[in-house]
Amino acid sequence: MQTEFLIQIKDLKASIDNKEILKGLSLEVKPGEIHAIMGPNGSGKSTLANVLTGREIATVTAGTVTFEGKNLLEMSPEERAREGIFLSFQYPIEIPGVSMVNFMKTAINEQRKHRGLEPLSASEFLRQMREKKELVEIDSALTNRSVNEGFSGGEKKKNEIFQMAMLEPRLALLDETDSGLDIDALRIVANGVNKIRRPDTSVIVITHYQRLLDYIVPDFVHVLYDGRIVKSGGPELALKLEERGYDWIRKEAEVSEETWTTDRK
Amino acid sequence: MDYRPEVINRLTELWETRDEGLLKGSPDIYNRYRAEAFSEFLRLGIPDRKNEAYKYTNLEKSFGYKYEKYFSPVPGDFREAEKFHCEVQDLDVWNMVLLNGFLPKGDEGLAMLPGGLWVGSMKAAARQFPSLVEKHYNKYAQNENDGLVPLNTALASDGLFLYAPKNTVYTKPIQIVNLLHSTQDIFAQDRNLLVVEDGAQMSLLVCDHAISPQHYLTNTVTEVYVGRNARFEIIRVQNQHNDSGKITHTFIHQERDSFASSNNITLHGGLVRNATWHRLNGENAETHSYGLFLADKHQHIANFVKVDHAAPNCNSTQLFKGVLDDNASGAFNGRIMVHKDAQKTNAFQSSNSIIMSDTARMDTKPQLEIYADDVKCSHGATVGQLDENALFYLRSRGIDAKEAKLMLMFGFAHDVIKNIPIEALRERIDNLVLQRLRGELSRCASCAIQCN
Ligand SMILES: Nc1ncnc2c1ncn2[C@@H]1O[C@H](COP(=O)(O)OP(=O)(O)OP(=O)(O)O)[C@@H](O)[C@H]1O
Ligand SMILES: [Mg+2]
Repeated sequence: MQTEFLIQIKDLKASIDNKEILKGLSLEVKPGEIHAIMGPNGSGKSTLANVLTGREIATVTAGTVTFEGKNLLEMSPEERAREGIFLSFQYPIEIPGVSMVNFMKTAINEQRKHRGLEPLSASEFLRQMREKKELVEIDSALTNRSVNEGFSGGEKKKNEIFQMAMLEPRLALLDETDSGLDIDALRIVANGVNKIRRPDTSVIVITHYQRLLDYIVPDFVHVLYDGRIVKSGGPELALKLEERGYDWIRKEAEVSEETWTTDRK
Repeated sequence: MDYRPEVINRLTELWETRDEGLLKGSPDIYNRYRAEAFSEFLRLGIPDRKNEAYKYTNLEKSFGYKYEKYFSPVPGDFREAEKFHCEVQDLDVWNMVLLNGFLPKGDEGLAMLPGGLWVGSMKAAARQFPSLVEKHYNKYAQNENDGLVPLNTALASDGLFLYAPKNTVYTKPIQIVNLLHSTQDIFAQDRNLLVVEDGAQMSLLVCDHAISPQHYLTNTVTEVYVGRNARFEIIRVQNQHNDSGKITHTFIHQERDSFASSNNITLHGGLVRNATWHRLNGENAETHSYGLFLADKHQHIANFVKVDHAAPNCNSTQLFKGVLDDNASGAFNGRIMVHKDAQKTNAFQSSNSIIMSDTARMDTKPQLEIYADDVKCSHGATVGQLDENALFYLRSRGIDAKEAKLMLMFGFAHDVIKNIPIEALRERIDNLVLQRLRGELSRCASCAIQCN
């Protein structure tokens, strides 16, 4: 029987250089749900994204992550990607000399191979490139260049979402995709995400600002504070944070050391 | 024990019997320099690591070997050579094959290509253009503490001559395929002269191959004159084997408003040392020195560059990259010299290497000598591993680790390849590099001879 969750994170602990960053984090996401994670700088949001995608900066010391019933933590980064996990990087990497076209072609065909499909024909690949470029209104000049090389901050973020459109993930982690985008680009990118999403695509949106959530409307909002999710609620929680900051969360968290979990069960 | 006295004895014997032997019938224009050059060679010797310019390069592996044949043609093999097709084929080029440093039809006259460009052997050039050869021959080569240059001047018996008279523009690249092919172990020397007169243009592709498994050593000296407002490009693709040594000395002399670029792509070779000298002799000239090498096993690849800014308002760049695996070693020695009057000089140098194993090593040594005060000079060198963040980025999109590494190495290498001025060639070389990185490139790939 299929589990009802797409991803299930249980009591996850992770350290960087023996310093515990994630201190028992739990989160469950069903197919098609959108979860927003907010939280102060340094609270561990990107570390969570790294742990979920298999970047070895952080070491997992406890807890489990199950993705479509499989043990995610055992998989290599590329296996996770082929299973359908996608991270829009907070800081996309520039890769001089590797062309966007070659990069995307290789990525797509590796994914197709994993699913037992033939490689895309050149014309079909180009058709998809064209279609997805339009979706995020990314300039053709950019996709003719090397991966992220010399892209502006906003262009890099658009390029992340373009890749998401090409790869059509099951679970997208958007780590501050809104930062660095101007007002128009924010709308384009956010609407792009909405268009890419299928009914069963899940999204975890990491953001500091309510603005993005006006477009990508979350089902749940969580506050990550000092390595734990200390509060969860609906979209109204994001509005409250925008208005009042994290001070009140800090006070609450210090009052009770207990772990917060989603209260929907 | 020093291997060199024995080698020098052997070469001295050759020198003493030269007139009956390998230099029989050699033109006087070349002969008049030989005696002095040979004593210069004896004075300087075979460079060792005490020589700054060879600090990281040990020549013993190639020079210590006892070859069966020195500096002379092996005529019987020319028929074989004609059959050879270089990897970089199907290009719209004018093509010529040299065997062990000699032209197949060495003693025929020079050929004139459409557009008025002359090509042929040095011997023929001395007969047909004596005053031109006299004006340029041995005028740009510098010994500067390197005995291998005078060794070539003393004992090289022939080589390639290319001449683009004033304002001639030959739009196709000229491809020279240098084959090493014989049943004997050979030490070959070729001496080449390229003259690109005022307003003329020439682009030259030189492919170095060793197509039979013997031991080879080649010591090549090439002098290039680039006149006012002239343009010259040379691309070398070196694909030899682990028992072959290749030493090149290329001297590019540029007059005002000229442009030159040199691109050394070393895919394979046991011991390779490319020395490229650029002299900016007139104002407003531009010169570029590029290099890429891929080394593994016990290969050693060295690049030596000297850019001599002798006139004001000139620009130069040096960009060298290498990927080293296994026990391979590499060296980059890049010199920039800015003379007192060479104001408003722009000189840029960069050397970047990627080390793929714990036992590979790379040494870099930039040397800047600046005597002018209004100068922009920059240099940088990096030796490192593949960028972990970039590797993760590729993997996070589903690309497996091995393929991702390959893509990064290729991307790293492409930075040099992209400067090759001929598009079709750029693509071919991209391909060769990719094959080499995948371990699929052998010296026998698409060779028509099929010697084994
Ligand atoms: N590579 C690293 N080496 C050492 N410490 C690190 C490293 N990466 C993250 N950290 C530390 O881990 C903690 C959590 O960082 P993380 O990037 O997950 O925070 P974040 O919630 O994403 O913050 P922000 O909102 O600023 O992006 C911080 O204290 C940070 O300094
Ligand atoms: Mg972060």
